[in-house]
Amino acid sequence: MTLGPPVTLAATAPQGFLSPTGVEIAFLLVGMATLGAAVITVTTKQLVHAALWLVVALGGLAVEYLLLTAEFIAWVQVLIYVGSVVVLLLFGLMLTKAPIGRSPDADSGNRWVALAVAIASAGALVWVVVDAFRTQWIDLDGAAQGSTEVTGTILFRHWVLPFEALSVLLLAALVGAIVLSRKNGDAETAEAAGTPTSATDKEQR
Amino acid sequence: MHLAYPAVLAVLLFCVGLYGVLARRNAILVLMSVELMLNAVNLNLVAFDVWLRDALHAGQALTLFTIAIAAAEIGIGLAIVLMVYRNRGTSDVDRLRDTAEGHGPDDGDHDAPEEAAAPAHTTEAAA
Repeated sequence: MTLGPPVTLAATAPQGFLSPTGVEIAFLLVGMATLGAAVITVTTKQLVHAALWLVVALGGLAVEYLLLTAEFIAWVQVLIYVGSVVVLLLFGLMLTKAPIGRSPDADSGNRWVALAVAIASAGALVWVVVDAFRTQWIDLDGAAQGSTEVTGTILFRHWVLPFEALSVLLLAALVGAIVLSRKNGDAETAEAAGTPTSATDKEQR
Repeated sequence: MHLAYPAVLAVLLFCVGLYGVLARRNAILVLMSVELMLNAVNLNLVAFDVWLRDALHAGQALTLFTIAIAAAEIGIGLAIVLMVYRNRGTSDVDRLRDTAEGHGPDDGDHDAPEEAAAPAHTTEAAA
């Protein structure tokens, strides 16, 4: 892997921390919306609403990828996550007869311990990350680094073998999901668990 | 763009997902939180790939692989959750304590045959 010279990148970036550019402001606003949707996803008492807020969070992340000039990743995110993973989760909620209204036992008894762990790890990680990358800037000028052409070229020139191994893994996951679901001879559950995975497989190929 | 913005956002998303994994009771909500954590890692990969201007674009390739693996994981995970729900009548991770330690020998032995013998009864109780 060839790493770019970070010293040059930092030197050629004349921005100041207190003069954000338009991209930074957009990134901040979308990031706050994404984070808020994620927080609602993990705290709401209505299980179906959690899945729908997850759509907002994942879509916000797709916009962040667009702002980082990774176009192909953004559209793959919309296709796979918003299109298939959330639908799969909604199917799972329906097949396990999740309550539609508010369910008061959505959070387990150790939520305060979980909150303490999450806040502690967030504080430590934010401190480390800000301290480490305080003086680094991303240069977003020039050609887009994640356009479909660039990503396709890189993927099929340098990453062909992992790509093919990944398709075998997806096939194994598909077969595994069908085998797990058909163990008791319940055909309709096998369809629900297996078909979206095969759709994902086709999208990846 | 300052590199700290995407990095801090990824850290916060990861910790929100961590809270969800630890605090949620329904297994499907735990899977949703795992998706949030995986997405935080993806954002980190894309941001550092764009920052480093990697010639191989390893970050974006790994992001694509992570997305595919997450799709496989959610398929397998939901199949497992559905099987557990059919066998036990519940998908609450707090109640799946058959292999738990330190709660007395009769606790797990008492629960397992009863729930396996009468899954329909517990299904109605959960619904």
